[in-house]
Parts: sequence; C-alpha cells; structure tokens
Amino acid sequence: MRRSTLLSCLAFSLGISKLLFATPQVLNIGNGSEPKDLDPHTVTGVPESQIIQNLFEGLVSKDPQTLKPVGGVAESWKVSKDGRTYIFKIRKNAKWSNGDPVTSQDFIFSWKRLLDPQTASEYAYQGYYIRGGRDFNLGKVKDSSQLGLKAPSPETLEVVLENPTPYFLSLLYHHSLYPVHQTTVQKHQMRWTRPENIVSNGPFTLQKWEMNKVISLQKSPHHWDAPQVKLEGVNYYPIEKPETEEKLFQVKKLHVTGTVPTEKIAYWTKDNSGVFRRHPYLGTYFYWMNVTRPPINNKLVRKALALAIDREKLVKFVVKGGQAPAEFFTPPGIGDFHPKALLPKDGSRIAEAKKLLEQAGFPQGKGLPSIEILYNTSDAHKKIAEAIQQMWKENLGVQATLYNQEWKVFLDTQHSHNYMVSRAGWIADYNDPNTFLDMLTTGNGNNHAAWSNTSYDELIAKAAKEKSPQKRNQLFQKAEEILLEELPVLPLYIYTRIYLLSTDVQGWYENVEDVHPLKYVSLK
Amino acid sequence: MSEIMAQSQSIVNEEGQSLWADAWFRLKKNHLAVLGLCFLVFEMMLFFGVPLISTVGYEAQNLELTLAAPSFQHWLGTDTLGRDLFQRLLYGGRISLTVGILASLVSAIVGVIYGSVAGFLGGKIDGFLMRVVDVLYALPFIFLVIILMVYFGRNLILLFVALGLTQWLTMARIVRGQVLSLRHKEFIEAAKSLGIRQRKIVLRHLIPNTLGAVIVYLTLTVPSVILEEAFLSYLGLGVQAPMASWGTLIKEGVDVMDQAPWLLFFPALCLSTTLFSLNFLGDGLRDALDPKGAKD
Amino acid sequence: MSLKYLLGRLAVMVPVFFLVVTLVFFMIRFAPGGPFSSEKSVSPAILKNLEAKYHMDEPLSRQYLHYLKDLLHGDLGPSFKHANRTVNEIIAEALPVSLELGLLSLTWALMIGICAGGLAALKPNTSWDYIPMSFAILGICLPTFVVGPVLVLVFGVWLQWLPVAGWESWQDRVLPSLTLGFAYAAYISRLTRGGLMEIRMQDFIRTARAKGLSESDILLKHSLRGGLLPVISYLGPALAGIITGALVTETIFNIPGLGRFFIESAVNRDYTVVMGTSLLYFTLIFVCNFLVDIFYALLDPRVKYV
Repeated sequence: MRRSTLLSCLAFSLGISKLLFATPQVLNIGNGSEPKDLDPHTVTGVPESQIIQNLFEGLVSKDPQTLKPVGGVAESWKVSKDGRTYIFKIRKNAKWSNGDPVTSQDFIFSWKRLLDPQTASEYAYQGYYIRGGRDFNLGKVKDSSQLGLKAPSPETLEVVLENPTPYFLSLLYHHSLYPVHQTTVQKHQMRWTRPENIVSNGPFTLQKWEMNKVISLQKSPHHWDAPQVKLEGVNYYPIEKPETEEKLFQVKKLHVTGTVPTEKIAYWTKDNSGVFRRHPYLGTYFYWMNVTRPPINNKLVRKALALAIDREKLVKFVVKGGQAPAEFFTPPGIGDFHPKALLPKDGSRIAEAKKLLEQAGFPQGKGLPSIEILYNTSDAHKKIAEAIQQMWKENLGVQATLYNQEWKVFLDTQHSHNYMVSRAGWIADYNDPNTFLDMLTTGNGNNHAAWSNTSYDELIAKAAKEKSPQKRNQLFQKAEEILLEELPVLPLYIYTRIYLLSTDVQGWYENVEDVHPLKYVSLK
Repeated sequence: MSEIMAQSQSIVNEEGQSLWADAWFRLKKNHLAVLGLCFLVFEMMLFFGVPLISTVGYEAQNLELTLAAPSFQHWLGTDTLGRDLFQRLLYGGRISLTVGILASLVSAIVGVIYGSVAGFLGGKIDGFLMRVVDVLYALPFIFLVIILMVYFGRNLILLFVALGLTQWLTMARIVRGQVLSLRHKEFIEAAKSLGIRQRKIVLRHLIPNTLGAVIVYLTLTVPSVILEEAFLSYLGLGVQAPMASWGTLIKEGVDVMDQAPWLLFFPALCLSTTLFSLNFLGDGLRDALDPKGAKD
Repeated sequence: MSLKYLLGRLAVMVPVFFLVVTLVFFMIRFAPGGPFSSEKSVSPAILKNLEAKYHMDEPLSRQYLHYLKDLLHGDLGPSFKHANRTVNEIIAEALPVSLELGLLSLTWALMIGICAGGLAALKPNTSWDYIPMSFAILGICLPTFVVGPVLVLVFGVWLQWLPVAGWESWQDRVLPSLTLGFAYAAYISRLTRGGLMEIRMQDFIRTARAKGLSESDILLKHSLRGGLLPVISYLGPALAGIITGALVTETIFNIPGLGRFFIESAVNRDYTVVMGTSLLYFTLIFVCNFLVDIFYALLDPRVKYV
C-alpha cells in the first residue's frame, strides 16, 4: 500500500518535470513576496506591479531599450499646443481576454474607479493630473462627469490635464492607470482578480494562483500583438528569502531572480558566466533628519553630520552592490535630469565638518547629545547605521545610538515625528524628478522631516507649470541646492538593481526603471 | 518495618538535616559535573574579565578587513564590518549567558510552583490553572511584546519578562504531569495521613521529586532562550547594535557561511560547549538532589 | 477517567475559546500601526474609506460583536492583506500543507528522539549515551535557520540529490521535514533519557531488576511508560508548535504552509488573519493538551483527574 503511493508520487513528480521540460517557452521568475492582489488600482507593491504589467496593458507601453513611450492599447495620440489636452486613438483590435473590445469607455470607467473615494486607492494621486481628479478623489466634487475625460467614439479618448505635464505619457505605463473590465469588476467585487473571474487585456492571462507557491500566466490569444509574444507562459514564484531564490537559480529552476543576497554579491561579481546583472535604478537611500528635534534642528549640526559620512567607503565596503554614493537627493538620469554633486568627496570635507560643528557650539562633539538613529529591523539597515555611527565617532567625536523597530511600529514613529534621525528609501513612481522633490514640499504627507521652506515650495510649484524641459531641470537643480544646504534629508546612496538572469533569456533589457515587458522576451 | 513506614519515617527524620550540604558533597564526587561547573565559571571570568584589559573594542570596525579569516591579529577572524569576532563573542557571551540563565531560572521557578500546585490540588483547580496556560499559549507573542514595549519602553527587565513569558508554560505542564503521577504514591499519601501541611508536602516532597525532569528541561530552556533573544531583537527589544548576542551572531553567521564559515562555527561552538557544560552540571545536580539517590 | 470528565473538559472549551477571542481581539488593536499604515502616506480621506470598507470606522465594541456574529457562522472574515481571499480560504489552503510537514517532522522527531534517548538511558555513561546526546545538544544549539541552509547547501546544491526548495514531489518533503524534525528530536531525546533515568531508580524497577529481568525488558515493559511522561507533556505544545510554528523552515524551503502567516499577519497587522491563526493555534493547543492528559491516564494508572 505504502509502496504504491510512493510509486505514484514518483510517477506524478516525473510527470510534472516532464511537462516542464516539454514546454520550453515558460519563463520562471523569482518575484519576492506574495502579491497582495492583482487589482491595478489598489495594489502598491513591486511584486504586484511586475505581474500586472504583463497581465494588463495601458494606453501606451514602453520600449524596454529606450524607455520611450510606444503604442499600447492606443495606436497613436495627439497633444494640444498648450500641452494640456491629449487625444488617444485606440486600436480596433485591442481586446479583453474574453474577446470584448477595449474601448475608450473602459478607460473612463477605470480612471473614475481609481479616483472614486470608495475605491480608496493609495495611488489615486496618479489620477490628479487629470482635470478635476484631485477634487473628485477628495470628495469635494461628487459628479464624476466634471472630470477632464471624454469619449467622442469608442476608439477615441480625450483627456484634459490640470497642468501641462511633460511626463504624462510615461505615467500611463504605471499600473494605476491601466483599464479594468467593467462588468467583471462590478459582478465579482473584491474577488474579481481570482483566476476563475479575472478578465484582463494584456499579452498574458491569469491561469493559476496558489498562495505562497506560484502565480502562472498564460499567453493570451486575444491580445492584439499576440503574434509577437513568444512566451507560452510565465510562472511567478513568491520567494521571500534571497538565499532560497539564489539556490533555485543555481539548480536552474528559475530564469530570473528578484535580487542577490548581499553577502553573495562579491561571489557573483567574480562569476563570468554572464548571469550576474547590475544596473542603476531610480531610488535613493537616505536618512530623514527631524528638523524639530534638538540638536538636529541646528542646520550646522546637520551639515557637519552629512559631511562626516564617507559615502564612497559606505558603498564599497558595507552596501557592496556597486551602488553610487549620493551627493544629491534625486537619482541622476531621472527624466533626463542630472543633479550636480553638492557634497564634496575629498578629505577637506572632514575638516569642514569639524569647523561647522565647532561653529554650532559643539567643538569635537563636546556637549552634543547622542544622535539617535532609528531603522526598521533588517541586517542591511543595521550594518549601514553601524558604519555611520562609527564614522561620526571617528571623524567628529559625535556619539550615536542605534535603535530598531518592527516595520509598522517604525512607520508609526516616523509619521508621528517621534525620532531624531530615521532610515528611509524612496523609489520613483514615474520617470521625473518631481517624484522625489515634491515629497519635501510643506505639508506633503511623506515629508517626515517636518521641514518647510517657502522658496523650495515655490520652485516645485513653478516646475509643475513649466513646459520647457531645460527650464524645469534648472528649477529642480535650484531645489536640490536648497535641500543640500538645509539637509532635511541626508542622502546616502543611489540604488542599483542586482539580480541573476539566465543566459537563455533573450529580449530582456537593463534600464533604470527596471521594466521588462515580457512580450519581448523569449527563451533560447 | 514496611516500606511505607520506612519512607514516612525518613520524611520525618530528614527535616533537620541539611539537604544542600549533602547535595554539594555528592555533586563534588561527580567529575563531569565539576568539569561543567568549572567551564562555566571560566567562561564567565573570560566574558567579564578580558574586555577590561583588551585594547580592541567589540564595535571597532575595520572596513578594509572584512570577513578576514582567523589570524594572529584577529584570533577568530572578523565579521562583515571588519570587527573582531573574538571580542564580539565575549561581549555577546555576557548578555547571552546572563539572559539565558536568569530567564530560564525565572521561568523554572514560576513553572515549577504553578505546575506542582495545579497537579497537587487537582480537580477543578487544576482544570482552571491549566486552561489559563492554554489561553496564554494562544496569545500572539509578537503583539504581547510590542504592546509591552509601548508601555514599558525598551529595558532589560522587560527582556527577561518577555523571554520568561513563553518558557514557563511548558515547564508548568511538565511539572504538573509529574506531580499528577506522584501525588497518589505511597509516600505522599503517607505524608498526608501524618497530617503534614499541604504547603510542606508540595515544597518538601513533591517538588524535589520532579527535579529530574525540571533540570533536564531547564538545561534545554537556556539555549532556546539565548536563541529567542535574537528574535526579540527583531522587535527592537534585546541588545542594541552595535552590541551583539550569540543569537544574533549565529544568525549573521548563517548568511556568510559559504565564504566565512568561522563566523558561524565559533558562535555555534561557544553555545554548544556552554550547553554541554550546563548539561553535565544539570545531570550532576539532578543526581545530587535526587531524594531517591540519597538512600543508596 | 470517566466519560463525564472527557465531556466536561470539552464543554470547558467553549467559554475558554470565547475568552481567547476577546483577549486577542482587543489586544492586537493596542499595538501601534494598523493594517492600512504604509510607507507612502495615505490621505486621511482615503484612510477613512479604507476603514469603512472593513467596518473599522465603527466603535470597537461594535466591531467585536460583528466579529463574534460572523464567527458563530464559521466566518473568520476577509484578509486585509490578501485582498481577494477570506481567512477561511487561507487556512483551508495552507493548513493541509502544514499538517503534512508537521506530522512528517514529528515522525522523524519521535523515531530519532525516543530511540536515541532510550539507547542513552539503557547504557548511561557509555558511548551509546554520549554520542546521541552530543547530537542532541548540537540539535538544540543549531536552530532550524542554521540546519536548513546547511542541508540545502550539501544535499541540494553540492550533491544535487534533493530539491533545494518547493513543495511538489515527495523529494521536496525530505529536507524540510528533517530540518524541522531535527530540532524536536533533540528535545525529545533529552527528555526521554532524563525521564527514563529517573524511573530507573524507582523501587519497582529495582524490584524487577532484582527478579532478574534483563535491562531491555525492563526498559520496554516498565520504564517507558512512566519515563515518557515528560516527553508526553512536552509533546502537547510541541505538536501544536510543529504544525503552526514552521515559519523558518517554510521560508527556507519556500513551502506554502500556515507558519508564515503567524508572523506575517502580525507584521502586517492583518487583524482578521491574526485572529484566525490565533484561534486555530488555541484549538490545536487545547486538543493536544487534552490528548496528553488522556495519555497520562493511560500510561500511568495512578494519574486521576478528580
């Protein structure tokens, strides 16, 4: 009896592996944590967006090599002279996975849904660029027909914006502005994203969703560009432990990993089989400086602390992933903006820091209370904080104490400004400096430094209305200069994306936004 | 004289004798136990003595010498930030050993008293006390610790409370199981019939007879407390960086085990040898304190 | 042990269960942070809508009654994090996996633990004692987060005998259950040895020995019964723990079990899942301890619950 079950188990598992090998065009991806949901309007995480980008399609898509907008559901578009009106022409053969055509009404329904206060979308602000979007989302205007959206025909969508937004087309690749299928959403409510219910419009459809195990996508026969799609299927494995993922990659169970364990980066850099991938990414690792807390409320102290950190050393020996030291706040290259380095690199900065500290009334750190660094529990954050603590002690004679908190407690502490210095990271929502610099305006919910500066606010407001890209970048540069003078944030390094990619994978391009539309990908 | 009479006789007679002096005498004859004890004392001296005279701190980093193999300069190698593992182990030992032994003792005392009272009184009271234990098992530990930290801050006493909190429950169940089987034995019945007060029966006759199981479980509790401390530091309770404990050192060692196996090996070795000593000492203590062994 | 006792014990579960519901329900709300606090700040208006969606804008007492009402219908509510799943579905998906992993591990643990402990107690202070007990100590000092990765490295990556992670075929079961079982085996063997050593000194064993019974006969016929009491006591909570507490093993081997929900739901403040898993754990503890108490009485006739 037992032997026979054993045998059948064996036969079964052999069957599965045979099945896997018989279908070569199936990509296996390590995808971090288990997705919360697959509803484009309510999710916020990276693992979710990775899947949704291949399950749904927005008006425009992105060329993975140039990151320039290319046709998606819309085959072409026109922009008015004042940069505030967009007219999209929707493809006739754009279809939902149940065969329904995708129409301009679908977008109007979807964007209203995104902005509807009842949906309670955390990404609703991605719809604030549409005229009336903010007021409708905040409940000030109840009538959704006031929104700047019109559908003169099923193939035409007219969008009126609040401001000329040069990066609007790039925003459309974000999942919050993807369409959803009206009747499906209304019929199944919260459960519409389950495999048995979901209707999507991307190159792939959802086939299977086993919690904490796998999410499988299958090529959609109804997609307009289906002949171009080479993969038959994609398996997203939620693997939280980078070490596990790495080992699965080594035994060829995965084609792509989400990351590489920090301590194994050195090993993989030396590997020359070409699987190790590393490229810059639009994110900054920094510390919030609570400007209401003494002694951090003193600008000179903040500056001295900022100068006393050897970022080169931090990146090379502690973070180790080939990240760039951050001498500015905005990651370079975002929306063609390259901020000038404002924190000097050479040895003079330590002398400068010492001088500033003396000016602030704390020669050699005497009389300065211990600086408290708060971080959310993680070995990586701990190591960085420990290294910085050591640098402040050696270079300035400043004492620091470290303390960690569990994630939600940490968020609570940060929101209530109940800290002195706190670890943070920010990743671009869209490819424009505004996604970083807007965060520090007065009253912005994400401005955890409690910092307020009127000339800074004016610069950001001006940039929002500016049409000329050069002039906008000049305004952003000025804003950067204020930031690095006032230092409500203490930038540390610019993120890199590090992962392993099988050499069998073709059509996968490295880019700063880390977007890899799978419709271009195939297996050798 | 019947066996029962003999035992109850000895219960009456033993009262004036020094149980402890007797036990100490027998413990000294057990070489392994003495060895274990000596090792623990030696360790303690090392942990508290060496840092006083050493020049390198446990937190001193040398970023250019990370993950270095053991050498003359760094006896046990260096960690990912180039800190001396030997120093970190010594400082970590202070914390881990103190926390491990104290928290285990606290959990043992609470668990033994609770368990023996429940087992001895039996019936409804036993049912009630054991259901309380069941309920306490079910409370989500993370929330318990987080809430305690909100109200009491991050302090050392809370660390002991949090660690002891979970450990005494199983101890109580084990002791109660033992007592349930003991309480109807002849010598307890005899003690009852002689009119000895309940408190005395529990303290003098029941608890000593459970010591075997208690000591074994106690020696198992020490390492699990030491390792659990690493989990509490996840919640922000416990040792604060850059200080390390054995639990956190082992945890960090696992991440680099294929490049720098010594970072896992030495902390694990420290914990194991300590546990070996504790076990020998524990076995010795059990034999020494065993009321039955005394009749040999 | 009377039927009355058994029934009484089961009847007690009902009020105790509701005590646990109440305690956990109110306790988890006192912790800072909520299911909707996130890194990106959420506007107050959206937060209000999110709360309304899950009835969290109502007074706590209302929410509690609401929860009780649903619970009476066997409904544990929707998960906050896994938006398109209910807690019932999550448990239904993950519990069978955990049960399988737990029972496999426990089988290893009992087999290895009792054999090693018995052997050690049979020939104390010989190498039959020292070698298994040294392994036991290693097993206690090397927690699953050490043993798991080491086993994976050796058998999965170097030798490539077994899969490194996953939960499909029977080969996938081997390493995780060994990893998890190892820790418990260590405890069980120590407790077995301790318990047996204890009983060996007792009078009835000496009598048996005096009668000329062989040591192994004594061990099997007499000592195992009483000597296993501490093991049995330990097994109650351990059984519940091995089924629900396999978080580390599950993440190392990427197993879709229930263990990870215990920590994950707490970290996410996914209140309904915290409630669901806590109640499940309590039920397991209660049932296991109940079984343990029955075993006491079966193993040792002197144990009476009156």
